[in-house]
Amino acid sequence: MNSALPLSQMPVGHKARVVTLMLDGFSRRRILDMGLIPGTVVEVLRRSPLGDPTAYRIRGSVIGLRKEEASRIIVENQ
Amino acid sequence: MGDVCHTCTACGITKARSLRTQYNVHKNSENDLVIALAGNPNVGKSTIFNTLTGLRQHTGNWPGKTVTQAQGNFQHRGRNFILVDLPGTYSLLSNSLDEEVARDFICFGQPDATIVVVDATCLARNLNLVLQVLEITPKAVLSVNLMDEAKSKGIHVDLDTLSRKLGVPVVGTTARTGAGLDELKEKVFQIAHGYEETKPISVVYDPEVDEVVQQLLPKVRPLLYGLNLNPYWVAMRLLDGDESFLQSLTRYTQRGELWQEGDMALCPQ
Repeated sequence: MNSALPLSQMPVGHKARVVTLMLDGFSRRRILDMGLIPGTVVEVLRRSPLGDPTAYRIRGSVIGLRKEEASRIIVENQ
Repeated sequence: MGDVCHTCTACGITKARSLRTQYNVHKNSENDLVIALAGNPNVGKSTIFNTLTGLRQHTGNWPGKTVTQAQGNFQHRGRNFILVDLPGTYSLLSNSLDEEVARDFICFGQPDATIVVVDATCLARNLNLVLQVLEITPKAVLSVNLMDEAKSKGIHVDLDTLSRKLGVPVVGTTARTGAGLDELKEKVFQIAHGYEETKPISVVYDPEVDEVVQQLLPKVRPLLYGLNLNPYWVAMRLLDGDESFLQSLTRYTQRGELWQEGDMALCPQ
């Protein structure tokens, strides 16, 4: 099953591959600068108690993203 | 004598000198060389800074910004180098205050060379900043730091291949022990004097982007006279609609502002 969904909907513990970014301008730039380019594998590490933000492992480092940003990163299940 | 002409587009050297003073970088002698130190956060950049400069450093703020600036000196082959520590950033394009400061100094502080420190244990993530610096200036040296940590993790970095691919000198360092720092100083010496030529890798953009950049270039080039800035990169920022860069460009190249210093009479033009 390789259906595309927003990164924010990936369950904790799962890995996903970035398909595309539905972002423009500086927010797009910022996500790209974190190494989140199409093809990058992201692991969902843990969610904060209120469900936002979520910690992800990206290229060996742990990065926290808010739901708002993560919902614009389209991934497919690994 | 050196600061005769702040304004004239025909004498880039004196202009660059006056731009530097805007960053509180003051040379004691004409022969002093100014070196920028860039890198991601947590790559041991400050350790390199401290090891190179020892106690010969002072800290303050970047003019007009609440971002800490550290400067120090080191000597190599009888020359004095002023090392300017830039804020640790992952990029020069995302518009945070730290990135603005780092970008502006590399662009308008006109350093004689820029050292980019990267983490040997996660090179891929660091190379983003490296490419961005190399797009701005060819006078760069890469310091692949934390070589000891990489080794203990079983990571081998092929420094020669990296240097060949990037087109700039690459030195493996372990700042904690000082390993590689002599070689780093020597490379910086070579690059700052122009003894060693670099040919940095150029990022290739889509044909439609390139086409528009080519149209902008004739208008961008004259604006950058006397500044050691890659016109292609500047055109890309304008296409990006990068307001922050545009403001800095205006500020640092603003003929009007510099004219107020009243040195026009001495200008050969």
